[in-house]
Amino acid sequence: MGTIMELKNVNKIYGTQIQTQVLYDISLNFEAGSFNSIIGQSGSGKSTLLNIMGTLDRPTTGDVLIKGVNVNEMTDNELADIRNILIGFVFQFHYLLPEFTAIENVLMPYRIRNQKVTKEVRSKAEEYMELVGLSQVRNNPSSKMSGGQQQRTAIARALINNPSLILADEPTGNLDSDSTENIYELMRDINQKLGTTFIIITHDRRIAEKADRIVEIKDGRINLDLTK
Amino acid sequence: MRLGFHIAVRFLKSNVGQTILIIMGIAIGVSVQIFIGSLIQGLQKSLIEKTIGDSAHITILPGEDEEEIEDYDVLYKKILGADERIESISFAADYPAFFELDDESKSVLVRGFDLKKADKIYDFSQRMVEGEFPDDPDEVMVGVGLRDEFHLKKGDMITLLTNSGNVDEFMITGFFDLKVASVNKTWVITTLKVSENLFGLDRTLTSIEIQLQEDHVFEADEVSKKLAGIIGRKFKTEDWKGQNEQLLSGLQGQSISSIMIQVFVLISVVLGIASVLAITVIQKSRQIGILKAMGIRNKSASFIFISEGLLLGIFGAIMGIALGLGLAYSFTKFAVNADGTPVVALYISNEFILLSGLIAVASSVAAALIPAVRSSRLNPIDIIRNN
Ligand SMILES: Nc1ncnc2c1ncn2[C@@H]1O[C@H](COP(=O)(O)OP(=O)(O)OP(=O)(O)O)[C@@H](O)[C@H]1O
Ligand SMILES: [Mg+2]
Repeated sequence: MGTIMELKNVNKIYGTQIQTQVLYDISLNFEAGSFNSIIGQSGSGKSTLLNIMGTLDRPTTGDVLIKGVNVNEMTDNELADIRNILIGFVFQFHYLLPEFTAIENVLMPYRIRNQKVTKEVRSKAEEYMELVGLSQVRNNPSSKMSGGQQQRTAIARALINNPSLILADEPTGNLDSDSTENIYELMRDINQKLGTTFIIITHDRRIAEKADRIVEIKDGRINLDLTK
Repeated sequence: MRLGFHIAVRFLKSNVGQTILIIMGIAIGVSVQIFIGSLIQGLQKSLIEKTIGDSAHITILPGEDEEEIEDYDVLYKKILGADERIESISFAADYPAFFELDDESKSVLVRGFDLKKADKIYDFSQRMVEGEFPDDPDEVMVGVGLRDEFHLKKGDMITLLTNSGNVDEFMITGFFDLKVASVNKTWVITTLKVSENLFGLDRTLTSIEIQLQEDHVFEADEVSKKLAGIIGRKFKTEDWKGQNEQLLSGLQGQSISSIMIQVFVLISVVLGIASVLAITVIQKSRQIGILKAMGIRNKSASFIFISEGLLLGIFGAIMGIALGLGLAYSFTKFAVNADGTPVVALYISNEFILLSGLIAVASSVAAALIPAVRSSRLNPIDIIRNN
């Protein structure tokens, strides 16, 4: 199907006075439509890698190509559009806007590009809320929801614009095993139905093993790259 | 745009206390501006009204080597077509005389007017306290000052004695009050004909008085110059501005200090809004970071804060206008003279109020530019990484 995400010799060094290298010469390719997991110890550089892939962070050296286009050659507005249309994020710390209700948060990526929320989009948002098990609390202020509920809201939000690529940083970190199982099924379902590419950081061995491919990061290097 | 506005509304609602505080700040600024502005404008208007409200704006007098204005029909036609800003023209034949009653006498100024025309300048019909205009050849009217001094009544007969020795008897038809003590005491007003007869003249004037249209009162010097050019050197012109230079420079000083006050109020309001909005960017940096990670463009992110400035400005201006008008109203109700009239009649001008409101809105938006620029510089990774 072709490559959706390509990293070429990516290095990341934090700090200017005291320099800490977090990523060492990472080169990776992700196929469009694939379902990938990234594992590794805490502090190994997983989030850093994901943020670089999501254009939020820039590599110190090396290139990131999204659908073959080098991120370095994009303007701020082009990057914003890529983040909005092409990529769906689920952050490690589930960031919602506390001033808005759960469903308003889900609709936010759509509203960033569109003037009006159509009926279809609204019912799609409601459908996703249903799928992540939140239809009861969809009109609650997002700040009044539990950690797990917020995390599930963030997942529904990542899906709303039908992105080609979903980058998720421990999306089930706060969930019990049943919920984790459900979310995983949901993501797998979307992957199969819509051909959405998933790159998921996880501590959860069971989820990692169900992915098509497992990439393990150790101290900023690729320790293992296993495709089923 | 729409989203930015919507987010701005939510941000403002999420911090109601802070929002009310800024709106109050703007409102107080606007109300002070409106109150001071109306007060100063009212003060100036009443001062000017007192000065020129019922006297000529431009006076045409005989030139250096002339005694009187003769053949005024030609002159009248010239003046009539000279400038569109001229509202009315009045003839005057003024001569000093002695006013005598019983054994007492007093020097007065006999002013012969075409009363219909003079009324447009002096507003006699409104200023009559008793009686009516003189009409017959042996009638005059006098001011309330003279009435009180000689205990005059309507219908009394008095004698006028001219410098050249002419003596004549006149009946008093009424009393006027022009609100200026010296005028009320010394003017004896009659018709042009009577004045001419009394002083043995034939169709000569001592002055022609000109009133300008209300909106052009302050162009009196300009019109006066233009007139002088048209009517030639046999006459000279005087205007109220030239004769009231001190008053005018006083008023100008007052205007400048009023504008200064208003500018400083404005600056403090702008600084207040700018600093509070700068804090909101920090308060909301997390949200801005999230929105940027979700792909909001820098411009749209900035627009959130511009909208906040706009909303705060609009609400602040509306409240400020209400507050300012309330303040002005209570001032005219509580700061009153013994007879119940306000100490200073405020001049409430719709344009001025609208302008103050618009300036408040514009400066609120301007104050929001700093936080708007800041928000567009905010990098989402700093938020995402640091939780
Ligand atoms: N801004 C920064 N400045 C300096 N070092 C940083 C910065 N951000 C992250 N690091 C370091 O980079 C390393 C990798 O961090 P990262 O968040 O990518 O780890 P991770 O694999 O996601 O860990 P976890 O599983 O705990 O989320 C860590 O050692 C961290 O301390
Ligand atoms: Mg992490």
